[in-house]
Amino acid sequence: MLTKKLVMAGVAAAIAAGAIGVVQAEEGQFIPALTYRTGPYAPGGIPTANGYTDYFHLINQRDGGVNGVKFIVEECEYGYKTDRGVECYDRLKDKHGGATAVSPYSTGTTYALIDKATADKVPILSMGYGRTSAADGRVFPYVFNFPATYWSQATAVMQYIANEMGGLEALKGQRFAFIYLDHPYGKEPIPTFDILAEKFGFTYDKYPVPFATGTEQKSVWLQIRRTKPAYIIMWGWGVMNATAVKEAANIKFDMSKFIGNWWSASEQDVLPAGDGAIGYKGATFNGSGTDYKVFEDMKGMSGLSDDGDRGTVLYNRGMVNAAYIVEAVRLAQEKYGEGKRVTGEQVRWAFENLDLTAEDIEGLGLTGLMPVTKVTCLNHEGTNPAILIQQWNGKAWEIITDWIPAMTDVVRPLIEQDAAQYAKENNITPRDCSA
Amino acid sequence: MLYREAGQFKTSYSADQAMLTIPLDRWFVFALTAFAVIGVPLFASEYLMVSILVPVLILSIAALGLNILTGYCGQLSLGTGAFMAAGAYLAYKIATNITWLPIWVVIPLAGLCAAAIGIAFGLPSLRIKGFYLAVATLAAQFFLLWLFVKVPWFVNDSISGVPPAPPRSVFGFQVTGAAAGNEAKYLFVLAFVIALAWIARNLARSRIGRSWMAIRDMDIAAELVGIRPLPTKLSAFAISSFYCGVAGALWALCYINSVEPTAFDINRSFQVLFMVIVGGLGSVLGSFLGAAFIFLLPILLNSAPGWIGYSVASDTITHIEFMLFGVLIIFFLIVEPHGLARLWQIAKEKLRLWPFPY
Repeated sequence: MLTKKLVMAGVAAAIAAGAIGVVQAEEGQFIPALTYRTGPYAPGGIPTANGYTDYFHLINQRDGGVNGVKFIVEECEYGYKTDRGVECYDRLKDKHGGATAVSPYSTGTTYALIDKATADKVPILSMGYGRTSAADGRVFPYVFNFPATYWSQATAVMQYIANEMGGLEALKGQRFAFIYLDHPYGKEPIPTFDILAEKFGFTYDKYPVPFATGTEQKSVWLQIRRTKPAYIIMWGWGVMNATAVKEAANIKFDMSKFIGNWWSASEQDVLPAGDGAIGYKGATFNGSGTDYKVFEDMKGMSGLSDDGDRGTVLYNRGMVNAAYIVEAVRLAQEKYGEGKRVTGEQVRWAFENLDLTAEDIEGLGLTGLMPVTKVTCLNHEGTNPAILIQQWNGKAWEIITDWIPAMTDVVRPLIEQDAAQYAKENNITPRDCSA
Repeated sequence: MLYREAGQFKTSYSADQAMLTIPLDRWFVFALTAFAVIGVPLFASEYLMVSILVPVLILSIAALGLNILTGYCGQLSLGTGAFMAAGAYLAYKIATNITWLPIWVVIPLAGLCAAAIGIAFGLPSLRIKGFYLAVATLAAQFFLLWLFVKVPWFVNDSISGVPPAPPRSVFGFQVTGAAAGNEAKYLFVLAFVIALAWIARNLARSRIGRSWMAIRDMDIAAELVGIRPLPTKLSAFAISSFYCGVAGALWALCYINSVEPTAFDINRSFQVLFMVIVGGLGSVLGSFLGAAFIFLLPILLNSAPGWIGYSVASDTITHIEFMLFGVLIIFFLIVEPHGLARLWQIAKEKLRLWPFPY
């Protein structure tokens, strides 16, 4: 059994190699990229990961990093599975002198990392996902979720529907449908909808879609056909979105009354449904397409991703995510020493003091891509209005509204209540943000 | 030469009934335990300890639990994830509501709650057998997870439904939650593993364990020699669910630091079942080997190219990981259909003759 011995020897060698490990000495601003390019959530994971990593490569090649400090990006594939995400974070966090900031692109993984990253002093930038109550910076100093949270988004979407129907009073007695991924992510806005339903007197039916595949939706759409909701709101992700849009087209639902949240409205979600998807709407906070200055700079650059998804909503969002981190690093360098590597703790300070005006964004060549953002110690979701509504015209996403503000008077007390409960259970004394 | 049993005479009943009768085995197990308790916290890196060993040890407990039910008692179960979830949610509920209760009491208590639930779902096992029982336990899997998600009481009405692990200490060292020290967390989990493995090993060779095996091998014959099927099967369900409950509680409180339903979905049940099958049915050692194999191999395959300084796109690695993992499972099942534990046994038999095989 020579082959058997050989295989055994190979396995043994691999284990031995693992035990020794290879320490890389390269220094720079290290970005651990937790990505999922495989599995049922890859349709969302690939473009976000591409946009995210490409922007760092762009900064390295075009500007030579931030004041000469280059970014080192290392990917770890975790397939949107929470335990593998935690393992990836642990594997990467101490490499190359320590992680700058982490963006897991998964609400489940963000939840699992909140305490861990806080203990490790690594800021989490869960851009428009993750734990909503982390917007209370007094309790969650290391977690940021600007430019807006799910709860803000939920209220803004309801506001949009009210505008369409002719005012908030028109919501009374209406019946809506809420389709969501049965996962911490999809369930996140439910408490807000409950409060809104009570406040404005509408009802809504909840349709969870099983997490394992995201494609088993036949029964959901059968029920929707029966109940005929006035509007459908969707909190979906990955392959679930495309399936839902297709099913909605199949039952001939009026697509202009079907609104996805900002993770349910990218090109990948509507293209499979073909012309049936025309009219589908979605929330967003970043523009799509490639008519921005930054894409000129990327032309002909080597080492960038090549999946043909440049300019899609999610790719651009990945870029915006990276751009926030780059600007935070720049700000941290201004305070703690230019041309020097900054630590996670220093980047945390920078996130909290981030104030990107329209001129700043113009200077970055990101006008229309990145929203104006101002973060404070108290408010980690930023003070900008929540969402834009975009509509699919069969070829591209068109932004059809101006910024729609969130109902802060509804959301903020909820955030503070949830954050206070968290603080109590974890013996955290909230920071004083008045100083 | 090195490893042999010849000439080792037992002169007392207690020596004859010792858990490990061969001195070499005994020393090896003692040395391994001592190394795990003293050596690992001294030398291992944080990554190895918290991200690799802690989850493997916790999953070993779950695999031990399922092995008691499936390996020793022959009752196929697909509800492991649900019983783990029961342990996790109830440990959280007890820990946050009875705050003065020490955490090392809370976790076994959560295990007992899981055991009670296990008994309830084990009741049909008297009537239905084999694959039909697997389907009945599948009902437990879906029902319990639905229940924990549906009823906000289990998570203290937390708005998000994913509460963080409450920080608790043992002897002044924090062992649960993210702020816990690596060594403290690891040793806390290890203490449970050692205790539960010791109990499992002794249960298996006691009267109750032998009655499980009798039921497994032929239930009618077992009934004829005076073994009552209902208490026997239910005790297997109870003890198995207790182990799974403890594993689930540790998984939520000491590993992922939040009580999350997706951590205990149907895939977890299958994962633990595969651990038991690949590791070896009806073997304590097999539970550990299986847990290590199923949990570590993907991570090993995923990180291996990086160690040898070979850079591959992360998605390619993952696809290769899936393929190799599947191939290796098939390979091991062909080479040794009785699991990794059997491989170890064969190795020992070879060692007996070494270096003069005939």
